Amino acid sequence: MAERPKSWAELGKGRFKRLTDKILIKGGRVIDPASGEDSVRDIYVEKHVIVEKFSNDKNISVIDAKGLLVTPGLIDMHVHLREPGREDEETIESGAQAACAGGFTTIVCMPNTDPRVETRSVVEYITKRATGLPSKVKVVGAISVGSTGESLTEMGAMRDAGAVAFSDDGRPVEDSALMRRALEYSTVFDLPIISHAEDMALSDGGVMHEGLVSTSLGLKGIPAAAEDIIVARDIILSKLTGAKLHVTHLSTAGSVELVRAAKKEGLKVTADVTPHHLVLTAESLKGYDANCKVNPPLREEADRKALMAGLIDGTIDAIVSDHAPHAANEKEEEIENAPFGTIGLQTTLPITLTHLIGSKFSLSELIGKLTKGPAQILGIDEGTLQPGSEADITIIDTEAKVQIEPSLFLSKSKNSAFLGMKASGRAVYVILRGRLVLKEGELAG
Amino acid sequence: MALSCHDLLAIEDLEKADILTLIDTAASFKDVSNRQIKKVPTLRGRTIVNFFLEPSTRTRTSFEIAGKRLSADVINISGSSSSLVKGESLKDMAKTIEAMQVDAVVVRHWSSGSAFKLAHYIEPPVINAGDGKHEHPTQALLDLLTIKESFGKIAGLKITIVGDISHSRVARSLVVLLKTMGATVTVVAPPMLIPAKIEKLGCNVSLSLDDVIEKSDILYILRIQKERLTADLFSNYAEYNRQYGLTKERWARASKKCKVMHPGPMNRGVEIDDEVADSLGSLINTQVENGVAMRMAVLYLLVGGAAQELGGAREGAL
Repeated sequence: MAERPKSWAELGKGRFKRLTDKILIKGGRVIDPASGEDSVRDIYVEKHVIVEKFSNDKNISVIDAKGLLVTPGLIDMHVHLREPGREDEETIESGAQAACAGGFTTIVCMPNTDPRVETRSVVEYITKRATGLPSKVKVVGAISVGSTGESLTEMGAMRDAGAVAFSDDGRPVEDSALMRRALEYSTVFDLPIISHAEDMALSDGGVMHEGLVSTSLGLKGIPAAAEDIIVARDIILSKLTGAKLHVTHLSTAGSVELVRAAKKEGLKVTADVTPHHLVLTAESLKGYDANCKVNPPLREEADRKALMAGLIDGTIDAIVSDHAPHAANEKEEEIENAPFGTIGLQTTLPITLTHLIGSKFSLSELIGKLTKGPAQILGIDEGTLQPGSEADITIIDTEAKVQIEPSLFLSKSKNSAFLGMKASGRAVYVILRGRLVLKEGELAG
Repeated sequence: MALSCHDLLAIEDLEKADILTLIDTAASFKDVSNRQIKKVPTLRGRTIVNFFLEPSTRTRTSFEIAGKRLSADVINISGSSSSLVKGESLKDMAKTIEAMQVDAVVVRHWSSGSAFKLAHYIEPPVINAGDGKHEHPTQALLDLLTIKESFGKIAGLKITIVGDISHSRVARSLVVLLKTMGATVTVVAPPMLIPAKIEKLGCNVSLSLDDVIEKSDILYILRIQKERLTADLFSNYAEYNRQYGLTKERWARASKKCKVMHPGPMNRGVEIDDEVADSLGSLINTQVENGVAMRMAVLYLLVGGAAQELGGAREGAL
């Protein structure tokens, strides 16, 4: 295994220049959901963009992609980088490196840092810290000051600094009037409001999904209704305001149905789901594994199936990791006190490739939920391989075996709900703005 | 004769044969407590730590007496939950205790699953003396012994558990244990105090004590904690007493053979009336007596070691 670069900033830029001129990706299966393409052909990259053919035949680097998938660079629109504030758990750099190794060229980070992303200066700080990293980092600004749900943040200033959406993720906006104001104001910028749907009075003190497993483990449950109620409220407010509402990390059959109905009605409502909610259930908590303590909680098999059905019929537009790094000693506390969350940047692709693909859900549909879907929700000009597009490309070996264990992770935290599982499929090359940043599964350095 | 498990964390750790072994062993240990010199040398030289991170008098004392009657050295470590949360982690505390070469750890903790975690961290047997809202297996086992002594059997009995099922580790252990032994268990509580899908653990659920009281062989009354009442439903104790308390009027409707049990401590006048607690049908003091015997059996079978040694020790006990 090649030695990992100590710091992205230390890497000699000259080594990339040699490659950025022209890259020929030869003979791969090109899947571009945005254009509906699924065919075997070559892709040409010249000077940061995808071209139909090279201007000349000098200085061409060749990637042999025979037997590999060539897809638009993957987008994860829901991650938690802990910088600023908890750099021991994750930094923007370590998060971007984990993203790159996981096949993502764009990650979108949530505002619950310390200080929180609620001013223009924090958006600028993160953007600046992300410069030159092997994944693009886009920023979600907070809805309310201090996420206390009392007053709106300077959303306009944050948009001007590059914020792509607004959310109080980690908690809901409890005050319906404030949520209404946020949705109304977001229409000025045409940016989505991302809803973390949780009725805190119903979920209070809960550790896991309320059901047979919580009963037999003696842990306080969080009923599905805690999510459904706020999803319903926010859809109603979206209707009232005409604003773009994006409901993140759906976990219940009820909320899938609510989003489905909202879409049928023509409302501007979109949704995403995580790999852990698509693959795991509350059964994973047996043995009190705090890595499986996530919010919203892992639900029941019927919910898992409903989420899958929602993914298949288009109710759910995107798959997100909800990458949530936590210090090992905090996860080792009593399960009632352990923080919620699992990391996911390096497991999303292997887990979804291994567990979701079947007769009802194709490889192309999966790639769509990781490229076209999030790009459309956020209105960003990414997620396609069409000529003229910036060259963000992920090349995937679906046969590569992945053993999910702590040593896999470039993230500073190792709290994965999937530890111990085996999967098949991972990113082997990643090109970011025409630059090779992941080579043969290792960060290029 | 030994148990098939290394630790006693939850009732499901036990095979049916283990349960029968525990009952027989505990019954034989009862004699020890009735002697003038209440001590057998079985666990001489062994060290047992009572690691109690939640206030407990009865269970801790019961384990302490059990260990001492077996001649073990019993050390009590207690602490408030807050000091552990803010200070040393359970893991570090566990490693520290293990490094002192102890032979068993009896743990009481406010967090569900903490006994399970402790057993994961350390090698010596861990005995769960109550973890959060999860389980309290030795309580259920001593109750089983009490029922067996009183009725001569378990299978076929109709046992009704009344009270705050949601927050009760005793109820969880009892439901699983009694079902395994062939009893029919019904839990009775207002819906707010019944945990989700408990019927799937193998019990019936009733919202009315009056509906089931006449058909019950045993009424097992759980303690009601005031903070639960205000947080979850009842405005006051009197409201609970009227709807779910085992009042003397209700007790009068129970069958003549019916017995009443309570894991203690009781709130007299709330979940149980004085006249019932002190009636001839009450097995409450027997439960306490059997607590020591059952805990002696658990310690003996988990800490005692080889079957040969156990055989010899049991003769001594008898």
